[in-house]
Amino acid sequence: MIDFLTAPFVEFAFMRRALAGCVALSVGAAPVGVFLTLRRMSLMSEAMSHAILPGAAVGFLWAGLSLPAMTLGGLVAGLAVALLSGFVARSTVLREDASLAAFYLISLAGGVLLISARGSSIDLLHILFGTVLALDDDALLLLGGIATVTLAVLAIAYRPLVMECVDPLFLRSVGRASGPVHYCFLALVVLNLVGGFAALGTLLAVGLMLLPAVTARFWALDLTGLMPAAVVLALIASVSGLLVSYYGSLPTGPAIVLTAGVLYLASMLLGPRGGLVWRLVPARHLEA
Amino acid sequence: MTAPVQLPAPGGALVFRGLTLGYARHPAVHHLDGTIAAGSLTAVVGPNGAGKSTLLKGIMGEIAPLEGEVVRPGLARQDIAYLPQAAEIDRAFPISVFDLVAMGLWRRVGPWRSLKPHRAAVEAALAAVGLTGFERRPIGTLSGGQLRRALFARVLLQDARVILLDEPFAAIDARTTDELLALVRGWQAEGRTVVAVLHDLDQVGRHFPSTLLLAREAVAWGATAEVLVPDNLRRARRLCEAWDEEAPVCRAPSAAHRHDHPERDEPDHAPHGHHTHGHVA
Repeated sequence: MIDFLTAPFVEFAFMRRALAGCVALSVGAAPVGVFLTLRRMSLMSEAMSHAILPGAAVGFLWAGLSLPAMTLGGLVAGLAVALLSGFVARSTVLREDASLAAFYLISLAGGVLLISARGSSIDLLHILFGTVLALDDDALLLLGGIATVTLAVLAIAYRPLVMECVDPLFLRSVGRASGPVHYCFLALVVLNLVGGFAALGTLLAVGLMLLPAVTARFWALDLTGLMPAAVVLALIASVSGLLVSYYGSLPTGPAIVLTAGVLYLASMLLGPRGGLVWRLVPARHLEA
Repeated sequence: MTAPVQLPAPGGALVFRGLTLGYARHPAVHHLDGTIAAGSLTAVVGPNGAGKSTLLKGIMGEIAPLEGEVVRPGLARQDIAYLPQAAEIDRAFPISVFDLVAMGLWRRVGPWRSLKPHRAAVEAALAAVGLTGFERRPIGTLSGGQLRRALFARVLLQDARVILLDEPFAAIDARTTDELLALVRGWQAEGRTVVAVLHDLDQVGRHFPSTLLLAREAVAWGATAEVLVPDNLRRARRLCEAWDEEAPVCRAPSAAHRHDHPERDEPDHAPHGHHTHGHVA
């Protein structure tokens, strides 16, 4: 049994690399996802992952299927869209979701145009579904670096970030932290999506960020519980997803995200905090 | 760090100079001139849409003046505490009442310093608004009035020299209102400047020494007993709530211009009302 779980990682270096990459991604992206869902910006990350595409496409056209070039391109495109839509939301009547929708659509259309102008459909599949089984040293360093930066920034900006989520007007009234914190957070989202893009592909980059975060709501009540729960769930999904893809000869990215999806469905039914099954056996109300 | 700030006598006043605040060029507060003295306790009253909340937002710097200015001599942004009418609080966010109230310590603890030394202060603030025992409750479980009291506690902790309250007692029961009013009087006794938007004129008459009756323009401004007379209140009701899509551009000279030529001030501005505490040169 233990062999069954460990053998693929012991035997094959590419599986160990994939595992290391996914661990790094889980540790960084899941807490960011917790804040995203709490801010009701879940779909924003989906939009943002599309916005990254044209940058990656430019990188691809420029240097072929090279991870650093595509990552850098994605980072630039994602940050540009995040900052532009944040700026528009803060200085016009448009809300953030509306301005983000406008920018990501522009960006996505540009990306599709660029890829179809040059690449073959195989290349497109690589970009969309990622290359988790072919992570080289550069990619691992990138993923590790992103996780490190994410945790450091979250630790440093934790208090103002929570305040910005709960009561942005108050944070604006007591100091100038509101704007920087907001942009910092958007940058973290982009950074982790680009990381996820390397490991899982654009379409599924959001998976490890959001699914564990959403699932954590069924296991923990407050932030101090939600973030560790999300990380643990992401790690479980990563490991089991890799194993499923190894034994079933399935594509890795979708396998990981689908595993996270199964965890979500199971938690929705059985989770101790508001799982559906517990509604069927309602406990008697309390005295006070 | 826990000692209250020193409150020097000068400073802490709010001076309006030809202040016009509004939305999409339509003024909600029109050419307001005057001073809210340091250490005063002022009620802002007026009909709905009179620009009361807009005035507080203007003082906070939350919206920029269309014209004129608010001068806050010797006051930094964090010296002004603000209790908004409808706080943008996300009540679904999993945060405890204690943590929400402790946000008021921001000026002293900033992003990194420990909350531990201030635990007693937070508990005292919660006790002052009658929320002892609610520390660990998530904010989503509070009733509307309880949340309001928690926000009041946060204002207490901010320990600010100027305190702006926008309908602070809406949705709060009578007994708690009396306790909170006592707190407000206490703030004045400590030398803080308090400006409160209120609708209960009896309450204003009993507890607030000075009153600004606002109906886009200052209808009357001064000692409460002189301001809240039937004649003024009737005028305020008449003046208000006129949003004319086709309104012509205001021809009154700009604030800067008027301060260059003070002698031309009065004739131009007779209709705008100057029952104020007087101009600041």
